[in-house]
Amino acid sequence: MSALASNRKTDIGPPHYEQFLPPIIKKNYGKWKYHENPRPGVLVHVAESGDKLYTVRAATPRLASTKTIRLFADLADEFCGGHLRYTSRNNVEFLLTDETKIDALIEKLAAAGYPVGGTGASITNIVHTQGWIHCHSAASDASGVVKAVMDELYPHFVNMDLPAKVRIAFACCLNMCGAVHCSDIAILAVHRRAPKIDHQAMARVCEIPTTVSSCPTGAIRPATVDGHQSVEVIEEQCMFCANCYTVCPAMTLNDAEYDGISIWVGGKVSQARSEPKFSKLAIPYIPNNPPRWPEVVEAIKNIVEVYAANARKYERMGEWIDRIGWPRFFEVADIEFTKYHIDDFTHAGETFRRSVHFPRIG
Amino acid sequence: MTTNKRETPLIDQLEKGPWPSFVKELKKSADNPMTNDLLGVLERSYNDRIGHWKHGGLVGVMGYGGGVIGRYCDLPEEFPNVAHFHTMRINHPAGWFYTSDVLRKICDIWEKHGSGITNMHGSTGDIIFLGCVTDELEPTFSDLTEAGFDLGGSGSDMRTPSCCCGMARCEWACYDTMGFTYDITQHWQDELHRPAFPYKYKFKASGCPNDCVASIARADMSIIGTWRDDIQQDDAAVAEYVTSGAVDIVEDVVGRCPTQCMSWDGEKLTINNRDCVRCMHCINVMPKALAPGKDRGATILLGAKAPIIGGALLSSVLIPFYEMEPPYEDLKELVEEIWDFWGEHGKNRERVGEFIQRIGLGNFLEQIGLEPTPEMVVHPRTNPYIFFELDEDEDEEEED
Repeated sequence: MSALASNRKTDIGPPHYEQFLPPIIKKNYGKWKYHENPRPGVLVHVAESGDKLYTVRAATPRLASTKTIRLFADLADEFCGGHLRYTSRNNVEFLLTDETKIDALIEKLAAAGYPVGGTGASITNIVHTQGWIHCHSAASDASGVVKAVMDELYPHFVNMDLPAKVRIAFACCLNMCGAVHCSDIAILAVHRRAPKIDHQAMARVCEIPTTVSSCPTGAIRPATVDGHQSVEVIEEQCMFCANCYTVCPAMTLNDAEYDGISIWVGGKVSQARSEPKFSKLAIPYIPNNPPRWPEVVEAIKNIVEVYAANARKYERMGEWIDRIGWPRFFEVADIEFTKYHIDDFTHAGETFRRSVHFPRIG
Repeated sequence: MTTNKRETPLIDQLEKGPWPSFVKELKKSADNPMTNDLLGVLERSYNDRIGHWKHGGLVGVMGYGGGVIGRYCDLPEEFPNVAHFHTMRINHPAGWFYTSDVLRKICDIWEKHGSGITNMHGSTGDIIFLGCVTDELEPTFSDLTEAGFDLGGSGSDMRTPSCCCGMARCEWACYDTMGFTYDITQHWQDELHRPAFPYKYKFKASGCPNDCVASIARADMSIIGTWRDDIQQDDAAVAEYVTSGAVDIVEDVVGRCPTQCMSWDGEKLTINNRDCVRCMHCINVMPKALAPGKDRGATILLGAKAPIIGGALLSSVLIPFYEMEPPYEDLKELVEEIWDFWGEHGKNRERVGEFIQRIGLGNFLEQIGLEPTPEMVVHPRTNPYIFFELDEDEDEEEED
């Protein structure tokens, strides 16, 4: 053990990226001239030197067996000198210099179950969280919903047939490890019941003052319950954020009957044309219905189809809705507007309409 | 140890369909008893409609406070091989570029020590090893460092910085995102591995305002490439887009400019660059004809976060233009000013964006030593409740 400790390396940081770059990138680093997107899933970047780099983008489920990573490594050896990269949305990209090899690579990827697409005005991979695979606070599974939704939206991954890109993200609770709050369509799993408190475990596994102060609405206060030092929750003040559960494992919000999924629309992070926007609530709640969540899939398909049929070229979901107005969005998407759609948190008043600028009634 | 293959009729239904199946991924590694039990737990969750994982307790590698997320199954008797199922975050190479050789090395390590299940990649950008028992954490770490890798961040520390592919493969990169990300990651290894902040602090570096790593929404400090001269314009290439019919220049380009800073007279595109807000739309539509200017740098923004606790925020402008020349000394000093001030006065689990909302941006700027500029706000205040501060120096001068 002492030998191990003396040789122990720490704080070395990540390996330098340069050792993993293909020669064409090393040569043309910072000297790219333009790029084109000749077909779905294929990009060509042209350098000032005239060199051309072909990128083939394939979907992955994010959750990957080492056997799949080895498969990608083998394909990279066969087609592009062993070089590949991943994207910020969990796609894998093969970096080729030989244009004639593109078709064969796409065929092999497709045969192995990894379709090529996700560029341009398409729906690319859904960024998502762990869900029931690994998370303690998940109000739904993540991978399963994503799989079911993308099976349905698959034609929009392999084609570039939408007015603009549609970015979809999934988070399995309000912590939003997937930071879904600025997506064209955000699928957000929600809890709807106040925490169930394990009074016996409370004092042993949680700091009571930290737990009390964790609540953004002040709904938690210290209490002695059946002789145990614990807390109580003013249930009417709870909006199910689960911040208390994050700091105190004895306050679970997970609930088989009442957890489910909400859908938000119209966010973006790109600065193109309009400023970045938050996603806004479209559907407050759809019950969990594993293994394929048909109601969630149907709701998202509807929103995508209504957008595709009505938006103008280059208009992102939120830009389209801003143009036609939210009243018409709810009308054309045939979604019910309820009291839950009206904000009642800190800055709620900023979202009330204080003008008469809205589409005519009827 | 042999374990019977778990029966999974519900999640088996997620093997069907054209999209890549995570269930197939799990089954590829199901010869590993941990992954076999993971399939069992997941099937159980699909049946029960609830997760079966618990958090809490401190696990990690010696001398580090971050990089490992403790996770335990709440049905350990039924699924003994995933009783402990911790996550390891491994700091990815900037831009997520790999060679086949290094990927195989990573696979070797993870097949030897854990479940063989990964995320490529986690939300913050790390390589995720999903499912490690406590006793294997240190040996896995040892093999990782031997292969040149280290852990990423977790908890109240600097989280693993990430970036777009920048100059490696993009003509729009206004600074070297990968070089910058590698530099700050190495510079702040202690802050990355040993949580000492009120809460997490994320960096994301995007090379241009298209913001491919969503820095404005997802990073406490967002570094977004920009320029301060004129858009580079190739008139012949503009004409080619128009004559080939590839672009309807009036509708698709001029008509979609947010500041109406351009016009088309039938032959030439004229851009009033003084009115341009560098949104990237026209450049995105005609990448062969238009490009960001040559005087490039970045806008530094601060404060983005997801909803927990006080509501979601986007980052707001802190430095309108920064030249982004290595070794980024001024920026590093500013970051440490921010960490010192927020570290001293921030509440537990208060992100820097929320902290600024609580104490006021004006006060915050004063404390970190930045002058206010109009780029920092959408508009000046509309209420007259100003906390005027008497200028004591002025009073003293009068007395002299």
